[in-house]
Amino acid sequence: MIFSFDLLINAIVSGILIGGFYAAIASGVSLSFGILDIVNIAHPAFIILGSYVAYTLNSHFGLDPIIASIIALPAFYALGAGIYQIYYVAFEKRGQESLRGLAFFFGLLFITEVALVLYFGVDYRDVNAAYIGPTLHFGAVDVPLRIMVPCAISLLLITVVQLVLSRTFVGRAIMAVAQDQLALRLMAVDPVRIKRIAFAISIATASLAGAFLIIIQPVEPSVGRDYIGRIFAICVLGGMGSLPGTVIAAMLIGVIESLTSTFYGPSWAPAVSFGVLLLTLAVRPAGLLGR
Amino acid sequence: MRTIPFLLVSLAVAALVFAGALALGNDYVFFAGYVVLQYIVLSTAWNILGGYCGYVNFGTGAFFALGAYSTVAIYQLIAANEFPHVVPIPVLMLIGGVVSGVVGLGMGYLTLRLRGAFFSIATLALAVVLETLVVNWDFVGGSRGAYILRPETVPLIGSYIRYLALTMLLLAVASLVIARLIERSRLGYGFATIRDDELAAEASGVPTLRLKLIATTISGALMGMAGAPFPYYIGYLQPDSTFALDYAVNSIAMPLIGGTSTWMGPLIGAVLLGSLQQLIIVTISSAVNLLLVGVLLVGFVIVAPNGIVGLVHKYLQHKGDDFVGRRHIGLEAPATVSAEGSAPESPS
Repeated sequence: MIFSFDLLINAIVSGILIGGFYAAIASGVSLSFGILDIVNIAHPAFIILGSYVAYTLNSHFGLDPIIASIIALPAFYALGAGIYQIYYVAFEKRGQESLRGLAFFFGLLFITEVALVLYFGVDYRDVNAAYIGPTLHFGAVDVPLRIMVPCAISLLLITVVQLVLSRTFVGRAIMAVAQDQLALRLMAVDPVRIKRIAFAISIATASLAGAFLIIIQPVEPSVGRDYIGRIFAICVLGGMGSLPGTVIAAMLIGVIESLTSTFYGPSWAPAVSFGVLLLTLAVRPAGLLGR
Repeated sequence: MRTIPFLLVSLAVAALVFAGALALGNDYVFFAGYVVLQYIVLSTAWNILGGYCGYVNFGTGAFFALGAYSTVAIYQLIAANEFPHVVPIPVLMLIGGVVSGVVGLGMGYLTLRLRGAFFSIATLALAVVLETLVVNWDFVGGSRGAYILRPETVPLIGSYIRYLALTMLLLAVASLVIARLIERSRLGYGFATIRDDELAAEASGVPTLRLKLIATTISGALMGMAGAPFPYYIGYLQPDSTFALDYAVNSIAMPLIGGTSTWMGPLIGAVLLGSLQQLIIVTISSAVNLLLVGVLLVGFVIVAPNGIVGLVHKYLQHKGDDFVGRRHIGLEAPATVSAEGSAPESPS
């Protein structure tokens, strides 16, 4: 009984820590899908791209993966702005975003993945850093640093994004663009520009999330796929466009997955997010903290 | 053209294709042709929901794999007997179709009441979950995969691959006939109203949820039917490759490249892209082939939103030549409705 209690506590703690990381990968989609209504299913592919950038900078220059990803932030921001520009001109302007916009992002997902396979191959890659390896012990609870560090920085990242959204002019404009574009235009703000900035921020988070991912686990080009269901389950469960909701939902899913893999075996864990997604859609489509 | 003559013409074309392949006298033609035919079925099936209703399904691989794994399950059930091949392929297709259709109906029921994007995301996640189930289900091979022994020959037809190609050819004809039938029936007009403006359709009394469920079921069932013979084709079925995103991206790319609003689009897309892929796999590599599909998909979606059919239509219209008018191409739904003089048939 003592043994299984330890197991339970450990499973919950590691679930919360992993949940912090999930929050980072889902926050980008929470911005694009939740606020801007852009169903960016290619987001996991950009996260994997972030992982490979961190890997390349780490293995060639010995940079810390998180510092590497911060260096790469402007590049990801520019990538996001570019993609939004194409998306806007080709789909949003023509009013065809639902079918063809989705296909567009699906194509991007596929191109990114195959391009990474062609360039790096399908071998698993990992990074070196001082905090990968050691584990802290608090009584019976083990806290691996390789999960704790990404979790902490991820929460920091989300706090910063939330502050930007709620305190700055651009941030408030981003929240407004989701509600009333015409009113925004009447305030002499260009909604397209605001959306471009918001989408660019959402892709920029993928750079950091990618570094977290490759710190936590070795990465190969197609692992992003496992995260698609999880990311959207978190966004829907948390309530569309709510970052605090995203964090809560991410930790909830992290804990449920961790319990599932501890007590039923890790091969069942991927089914958790889907079950949660379907349940949420059926019972409370607005999510936990939905507007 | 009415449905019966269309069916006869399609069968005649199919017979010609099959005879032509036989005349080449090389079984490789059937190996490659099977894949192209399979993609005709998959992209036509995808288009019934995606092109006609405007709901994007990313789970083609999942529905396809459902069909394939139904076959494996049946094979394992009767493998203990001395005759492992008592179940003919068409029966397996029907079973696979029923399984996939039911799953499609359930998926649709849970997600189609919400905005379209939720359905798309759920289908994407469905593939992951079904793969999890299959990996954990030892009866159908689990993560190790399952071997299927197939007979060398089939009476009257010859080698087994010819038999498989023939059944897939007939399924392709059937799916095209079904798609065309839907397009010209009340059902198809209902689908078009959902695609063009779901809210307005709902307000005008179109039973949108029921229509969407019908579309999901038909589409899923056809995908499952396409998957059912696959274990016999490949010989060794493994979850990773069966649930691969390749099916999803191909079955989306082909209709979008061909043109989504008519049955011809998926056919053109599948034949062109499918043959091109077979060529590239043989001559260059399969990774490059997938890259090409992605690039073509993105390129066509941006540059030619109505696909090849749309380009041809625009060109003909531009020339002022009304030989192939809207009625035959059926590009814009409202135009189709007004041009189609005959009374709409009731959905059956």
